[in-house]
Amino acid sequence: MATTEMTAPPQVQPGHWAQLRKRLRASRTAWLYILPAGVAMLLVTLFPYIYQIWMSLFDYRVRNLRFNLLDSATWAKYAPPFIGLDNYIKILNSQLAIENYDFQRLLAFNVTWTVSNVFFHVALGIAIALALNAKDLIGRRVYRSLFILPWAMPAYVVALTWRNMYDDRFGAINQLLAVINRTFGTSFPTSTRWFVVTQPPIGGLLSFLPLAFYCVLLANVWLGWPFMSVVATGALQCIPPELYEAASIDGATGWQKLWKITIPLIRPAMVPAIMLGTIWTFNQFNVIFFISEGNPFGRTEILITQAYKLVAEQRLYGVAAAFSIIVFLILLGFTMLQNRLTRATEAYYE
Amino acid sequence: MSKRTKAILRQLALQIFLLSVLVTVLFPILWVLSLALDPRDIDKPLKLTLIPPGASLKAFQKILFGPFKLLCTNPADESTCMRFADLLKNSLIVALGTSLLAVITGTSAGYAFSRFRFIGRQVGMLGFIVLIMLPTTGLLAPLYVLLSQIKVGGETLRTQLPGLVLAYSSGFLPFAVWTLKGYFDTIPRELEEAALIDGASTFQTFTKVVLPLSVPALAVTVLNSFMTGWTEFILAWSFLEKPTRFTLAMALRAMQGQFATPWSEFAAMSVVMTVPVMILFFALQRYLVSGLTLGGVKG
Repeated sequence: MATTEMTAPPQVQPGHWAQLRKRLRASRTAWLYILPAGVAMLLVTLFPYIYQIWMSLFDYRVRNLRFNLLDSATWAKYAPPFIGLDNYIKILNSQLAIENYDFQRLLAFNVTWTVSNVFFHVALGIAIALALNAKDLIGRRVYRSLFILPWAMPAYVVALTWRNMYDDRFGAINQLLAVINRTFGTSFPTSTRWFVVTQPPIGGLLSFLPLAFYCVLLANVWLGWPFMSVVATGALQCIPPELYEAASIDGATGWQKLWKITIPLIRPAMVPAIMLGTIWTFNQFNVIFFISEGNPFGRTEILITQAYKLVAEQRLYGVAAAFSIIVFLILLGFTMLQNRLTRATEAYYE
Repeated sequence: MSKRTKAILRQLALQIFLLSVLVTVLFPILWVLSLALDPRDIDKPLKLTLIPPGASLKAFQKILFGPFKLLCTNPADESTCMRFADLLKNSLIVALGTSLLAVITGTSAGYAFSRFRFIGRQVGMLGFIVLIMLPTTGLLAPLYVLLSQIKVGGETLRTQLPGLVLAYSSGFLPFAVWTLKGYFDTIPRELEEAALIDGASTFQTFTKVVLPLSVPALAVTVLNSFMTGWTEFILAWSFLEKPTRFTLAMALRAMQGQFATPWSEFAAMSVVMTVPVMILFFALQRYLVSGLTLGGVKG
């Protein structure tokens, strides 16, 4: 990343106390600048998080909604009972009285969902960026401007549209299959109920993935690759062409150039994009909630949609708060791990 | 094989690949457009048609000027139903409010984190990066409870549009601060120092030097925060109670019934909701990648 590292000018050591006073004074100006934004963020961003942690330790239900921090008369009467880590234990041991709830399955599915999506986003994104970057390509500008359409469209509208495309009678997918059958004489089924079928299309290790998974995967791949492609394009254009020329002179094949020049050089730009993409996909609420709705039998539910249902359907506010914190901790752990891994490999490359 | 045939074959392979990608990209978009333009205002599309026979704008007319019969204060009285203009007003309040709050707060905080070395800076920065992990939906429970506790004008803030703006900002601000801080980091400090030597105040250097150079990052922040407010459904659906405060996104979802979807109207509404976002997107497109300076963690 192109961040300018500021190195402090060498200073004469004026003694500890003077230095501390100076730092405090400098801090004061900084804090004055940050004050309005700081207060706003404290109230809007930080406070809900702290409240979330507090709620997660209590048995917070509908009747506790009358509890009001600003009104001391409600404190004794409606305060939720403290239950320590009970919410967390119940969530992790799958002891919530909810239909189709199984934490291990949710987590396994969520991870599978994220890994498969990010893989396709990155692979397709880079492949298409490479194709668009080819010398003497006809129609480059037309392709470039049309290919970002999925990114430019609101994910929410896209999700609802795909939901309707998968409609078993009136949706475009089944009708497209009918057209293909008519044109090529094939005989695909044309009335598949995409989110109801429980028979997994691929058995063995992948038999925990119902047909609905492949449907939401397709929709989210459609939605996600243009972002990666744009990032990759930007990085590709920064590679000096002399490198390829030199490699050609040395007799390198196209495949070797790809793995020895292109991939290592676009890597610094791709890594942060992949990290962000991973967090976005892990929490891709719109696609799951609106397209498969977790069907069949909650097997395509991800953690964040389950957290929503805990509030909206079960009204278990305390449990939902604990659930969100678990999601948060999982992502935090993942980010730290990835950060460490990429740093380690970066050092190896340099 | 001569060099020329090789080049032609290569071009052919590329074109086949890119055309098949293009077809996949355009298929859902064309499907929606075709439904929206269908003159029969169909409830049940049974065939794929690219351009429906006798395309018309009837569905658009219906959603732009007709009442939304699913969103009425009194279902028996059509004049109490929401109309497009009402929904648009609510959506604009929420979307513009969210972007205004995000840009103002995000810019000043991002600048402070980028330029000042103060006590608590490291912790604060780490905090923001960590807060990006959870989307607004993950804050549903505390936001619901907290906003229900604040009463403004006899009603809880939760059921009002400003409450929604606050809720969206809580999820979006960390991302805004992070993006903007990362971008400010890339602006050479010498530019500000030069302005300071020329007699500008700190505030002037910020508004006259730093901000004009930060247009890409500001553009990204505006676009993303506007998009959040414009298309968010879950919090709006959970918080708002009165149909008079409903947004376009909520109306679109309401159209998708379990058993009866008014397909042409749904499609027309999707198009109407997408177009402004797309215009904004393409207007700001050249900033999108440069403005998204990811990973500005160090420094």
